[in-house]
Amino acid sequence: MPINLTINGNTIQAREGETVLQAARANGVHIPTLCYHADLSPVGACRLCVVEVEKMRGLIAACTLPVAEGMVVQTHTPKIVEERKFVLEMLLTDHPNDCMICEADGGCELQDAVYEYQVAWSDHKGKRHSYPVGADQNPFVFTDFNKCILCTRCVRACAEIQGRNVWGVANRGFNDKIVAGADVSMLEAGCEQCGACAAYCPTGSLTDKPSRGKGRAHQFSKVRTTCVYCGVGCNFDFNVRDGKIVKVTSARDAYVNGMALCVKGRYGYEFIHHPDRLTKPLIKKDGKFVESSWDEALDLVAEKLAQHRGDEFAFLASAKATNEENYLFQKFTRAVMGTNSVDHCARL
Amino acid sequence: MTNNIADIDNCQTLFVIGSNTTEQHPVIGTRMRRAVRRGAKLILADPRAVDLASIATLYVRQRPGTDIALLNGMAHIILKEGLEDKEFVAQRTEGFDEWRKVIETYTPARVSEITGIAVDDLFTAARLYAGNKPSTIFYAMGITQHTVGHNNVLTIANLALLTGNIGKPGAGVDPLRGQNNVQGSCDVGALPAFYTGYQRVADEAARAKFENAWGTKLPSKPGLVVGEMMRAARDGTVKAMWIVGENVAMSDPDSKHVVEAMNKLDFLVVSELFMTETAQLADVVLPAASFAEKDGTFSNTERRVQRVRKAIEPIGECRTDWQAVCEVAKRVSGFKLQVESNLKPETWNYEAAEQIMQEIASVTPSYAGITYARIDKKGLQWPIPTKDHPGTPILHTEKFTRGKGLFSPVEHQEPAENPDAQFPFTLTTGRILQHYHTRSLTGRVAGLDQLAPEERVELHPDDAARLGVNDGDWLRVSSRRGQVEARAWVTDRVGHGVVFMTFHYADALTNALTNTAVDPVAKIPELKVCAVKVEKK
Repeated sequence: MPINLTINGNTIQAREGETVLQAARANGVHIPTLCYHADLSPVGACRLCVVEVEKMRGLIAACTLPVAEGMVVQTHTPKIVEERKFVLEMLLTDHPNDCMICEADGGCELQDAVYEYQVAWSDHKGKRHSYPVGADQNPFVFTDFNKCILCTRCVRACAEIQGRNVWGVANRGFNDKIVAGADVSMLEAGCEQCGACAAYCPTGSLTDKPSRGKGRAHQFSKVRTTCVYCGVGCNFDFNVRDGKIVKVTSARDAYVNGMALCVKGRYGYEFIHHPDRLTKPLIKKDGKFVESSWDEALDLVAEKLAQHRGDEFAFLASAKATNEENYLFQKFTRAVMGTNSVDHCARL
Repeated sequence: MTNNIADIDNCQTLFVIGSNTTEQHPVIGTRMRRAVRRGAKLILADPRAVDLASIATLYVRQRPGTDIALLNGMAHIILKEGLEDKEFVAQRTEGFDEWRKVIETYTPARVSEITGIAVDDLFTAARLYAGNKPSTIFYAMGITQHTVGHNNVLTIANLALLTGNIGKPGAGVDPLRGQNNVQGSCDVGALPAFYTGYQRVADEAARAKFENAWGTKLPSKPGLVVGEMMRAARDGTVKAMWIVGENVAMSDPDSKHVVEAMNKLDFLVVSELFMTETAQLADVVLPAASFAEKDGTFSNTERRVQRVRKAIEPIGECRTDWQAVCEVAKRVSGFKLQVESNLKPETWNYEAAEQIMQEIASVTPSYAGITYARIDKKGLQWPIPTKDHPGTPILHTEKFTRGKGLFSPVEHQEPAENPDAQFPFTLTTGRILQHYHTRSLTGRVAGLDQLAPEERVELHPDDAARLGVNDGDWLRVSSRRGQVEARAWVTDRVGHGVVFMTFHYADALTNALTNTAVDPVAKIPELKVCAVKVEKK
């Protein structure tokens, strides 16, 4: 049974169990959020998504409010806008003003919300946190908890997406902080370095370490592809800048894996531009490899293989190569070399 | 996989046997963890208490190489307790009565004796799998890399047939394929007995079809599998090889003999990204473009054909493997033209990967419905027989490929090489999360090497105490074929008398130890069991 409600004077239909936030977004009404992520269970922590509902008292977080028949919702009254500005001002009283060098710049949801509501950073004189920057000594996730807004998306991503429970919240009040395990290092807390926490972090608190300083979101072109490691077939986006792979980002609309990736998928791309890459054909002469042209190498290969047609030849194809390539390997072996001795590492 | 990955969400019981899923198929592993989080039951059967053991409803540690006894034993209990799916057995299967006779001999006491698993645990496993349905079995190389690998798989199929746990949402048999495109490589015919789509080389009609499609006569005799190629190279009957992107000198069993074989060849060409241990043995090395530098498709473990897209230009003078093979094919055909006029070099003028896929689709019924436009966003799961077919998330929903599901009576058989007085430990091998195979890729990612810098031999604390070994001490592990030195990781992940090593590290070449004994049908080597001696260095 669809549920009828009114948002900003427009009657809309929603499904039972949906929240006001989901219904609003499905109908093109933008409500800002920070702690909310569509993949994660809602917690109503940041209060940026507050709305007014007729016959209900005060301002209510839309992300945890289920739709109800006949509900009349306002999303952008002056009172709501004031409240959102206040929430953002409070967050900024304990947030560094270093967007210019922040890794998250251009992909920061706090920055987006502050911009949308035109909240100025003020030189707040009260207490501020001062955590050591980049303190966690793991190879892949850069931590800067001065930028943490305690939205707990990292905690939920680790628990609900990755199925680990590395992150938690310690202490109370102003001393609230995100900790790994019982406030130990991420690796000691059993972190697998999948990077989901960084992928879900709305600010620059948790970011990808290998790509720090290597480019901003607007400088990348993204190319969706399929991972080269295991048989799960995760999809992700290569972030390319100046002809180089600079980082990998996961994508909600990746059909097999969504935002989830493993440590190899998200961070295992460094080999592509590694200086060890072979870049020219090599021919062994007197026991040593000598660089050659492609023509010279191909002519030699063809000449030698032509001498061993039939069952003197065998092709070891590759489970790392594409379908198109493997198809041609076996076609070459059968149609040109005249043998069926083509196999690959399926058994290894 | 008979079922799709997302179907894990529908399982009530997950039975994982011989798969270290959270390390080898990590993102499927996250789905398993999520399943347990929502209340699904998880049975893990593995000689090692791998990561999943920590969240398993039931963990059982079978002695390596005793999976048939375990699975037959579960079937025995299921029958005894009347938990089988009688309707499914009657309507969709055959061979039940013959099979049952074998199963009757696998009493819990006998199975416990063979496997080392407590009788109570056998009952719990059987009741969960058959009673808390739908259930899916997940397996990987822990099942297949045995001299009884083929029979292990049949035994899994028997259990699924008995309980009707097949062909339905949440109920399936899901082998987890290892490499990114091992499924696809098989699908497109990189196998000695099959053309694309598992059309048999020995089948005259299939051969005629491909002779017609490719415009040339084709050999009728099935070719050699990898292990046979190595032996033939050593014997001198195979004289030339082309190896693409595989580091056989490290990844294949009994590596000493593999290197000998490669050295004996008249001519070896290797296409590689890096100067691997295998490339070093080549006469010509062709620099290959990585997956980031080319277009194409990979087929994942759930049979989903997905796009690979070129993100950057090839590094240096690298070329894609398909371009290289076309160039060689044209040249060899040129030589051949002098004697045979029916081979046309111009048939190798492919302009783009998409054109090759069009040809694959034209000769492969299960891929017939694929176009790059159709698989652009989500891919498609084969079989995809027509251009408007939506793909097939779950196999065997109405009937099996052969019609009825066949119960195959299978007896337990000991591994080819069991521990003895001289080599008293069982070595089992595998991989870890942070690395892939011989590290030719992951060894060049500094952070991954930082996380897992060296080989560690998993050794049970009681065995360590007996040998006077502390965690981190250097060990010498030797088999009838070779020896390797590496540090000990004293842990009860492994059972008594069992050690585990990876084959990732060139300085601890585990495959110098492993056995080349193969399964007679699948010809897969028994990499999961061989006998070794362990000493403190």
